[in-house]
Amino acid sequence: MSLVRIAQLSCGPEYSGVQKEIEEAAKSVEAEIFFPDIKLADIRQGFDLFGLDVRSPDLKLAIARARALVEGKVEADAVFIATCFRCAEAAIVRNELRRYIHENSRLPVVSYSFTERTTAGTLLTRMEALTTIARRRALLAREVQEGLTLGVDSGSSTTKAVIMQDNRIIGTGWLPTTGVLKSAEDAIELSLKEAGIRREEIQAIGTTGYGRFLVGEKIRADLIQEELTINSKGAVYLADTQHGPSTVIDIGGMDNKAISVQDGIPGTFTMGGICAGASGRFLEMTAKRLGIDITELGPLAMKGIGKTVPMNSYCIVFGTQSLVNALAAGSSPEDVAAAACHSVAEQVFEQQLQEVDIKEPVIMVGGTSLIQGLVKAMGDLLRVEIVVPPHSQYIGAVGSALLASGFIKGS
Amino acid sequence: MAKVFIYPTTSLILSDLVARFGHTPLSAALQIREHIQTPGLESPPLQITPEDPKRGLKWAAVEVPAGVRGRMSLYGPMIEQADAAIIIHDADFSFGCMGCARTNELIQFLLRKSGIPILDLRYPRTEEEGIEFVAAVRKFLQELDGGDA
Repeated sequence: MSLVRIAQLSCGPEYSGVQKEIEEAAKSVEAEIFFPDIKLADIRQGFDLFGLDVRSPDLKLAIARARALVEGKVEADAVFIATCFRCAEAAIVRNELRRYIHENSRLPVVSYSFTERTTAGTLLTRMEALTTIARRRALLAREVQEGLTLGVDSGSSTTKAVIMQDNRIIGTGWLPTTGVLKSAEDAIELSLKEAGIRREEIQAIGTTGYGRFLVGEKIRADLIQEELTINSKGAVYLADTQHGPSTVIDIGGMDNKAISVQDGIPGTFTMGGICAGASGRFLEMTAKRLGIDITELGPLAMKGIGKTVPMNSYCIVFGTQSLVNALAAGSSPEDVAAAACHSVAEQVFEQQLQEVDIKEPVIMVGGTSLIQGLVKAMGDLLRVEIVVPPHSQYIGAVGSALLASGFIKGS
Repeated sequence: MAKVFIYPTTSLILSDLVARFGHTPLSAALQIREHIQTPGLESPPLQITPEDPKRGLKWAAVEVPAGVRGRMSLYGPMIEQADAAIIIHDADFSFGCMGCARTNELIQFLLRKSGIPILDLRYPRTEEEGIEFVAAVRKFLQELDGGDA
């Protein structure tokens, strides 16, 4: 596998004890971190021309390095921007640099704000996505599924399997994730049964999600891929918007992804969520507290008015407290459901979507995209009509099955 | 002989000036060298581990970014040892450079709060200013206890 060279633009990681973690994460996906080498004169010129008069010299250096990358003075395959969490000055630079590189080059870029607790494991998916975009542009260019392929998405909450044949979904399986391997096997069986085919007939397999490596190894997948690139691909494929810009939002069970996509390939993306309060987990808890199934939460929320209930799920504990207080104060279940949806949408909007340029169509995918109240709340916040494509809950499995067809022999 | 904190702490010229006049410069180079040479966890390039930002809590609260606290774990002990300080304002990058503006503000505040003698100088831009600059540093260092006359 070719070594992907990732240029690092940063302020503070070496002083926070996390530089080693960044390098380890890159190494684990066959990539190499390097600091673009530039002359002192170019540093002065670089940040002067960029026009952002920051005070920290390390940020000035990062700006000058970004300019050198965009102007082609330094060659790289991808860019990683890292600054300290909670630094306002660095946050401004981080966002502007990501936008600048995205708009002025073809370099994939990801940014991250770290603390001293950041580990290589946390960074792995982001690094994997960066290297995939740099390394596998040809694979990601695939727009049509061919042959008979299986895609498995081993997520933190649910496991999904999809069988596709000649650009059509012919079988699906969906189960809560309990044992990673067992859930995957059972979901595959469900999809095989629905498709009416035998396992031996499958020509290629792709896996994604948290359990992708374990499941992929077990079922001998041809493609084992992180969910950022897979979901981008799956989203634009299902929404039939494979050309031009789009934005993909996936509010997951454990973390959220916001991806700015161009022609089906992620350009910039954020992945995270400070607390489960900003994820699908909070909505599960809300449904449980209201004594309803999660599938009933969306329609219920559509009937309510969220603004009448004060709720802030920045932290899942306080969010739950608001939930209990609202019900005790006599709020209707409809209003509480709507408030919970609004709160999760607001957290994602405030914490993540500010870091991605929202370009229409905005496509919501993943299991939470079936909660209409959440989709509405997100649409209201962004002031756009959100697209929820058919089979959106199977996004990772569909993306995997689509890209796996590139591995069919003779394809 | 006095321990003199220099700012920018990476300035080799300033460090050399302090040593020439018989005092001990407190500079980043010495502190980082000690870090790198101390056997322990392998955490290149500066051997700063996630434990160091926690040590930095002595000088900056937990809501202060990790990079500031990590830097303070290096510079905080130097400030505590310092008998005097020389602060150069608006220094050229080639003279010495401190990466984080927030850390720089905190360092200067802590130095002033400590009550030690401080020499504040603007970075010289002409030859004439350069001569005056060196003369001012020399005068300040000579007036400190234990300096070379």
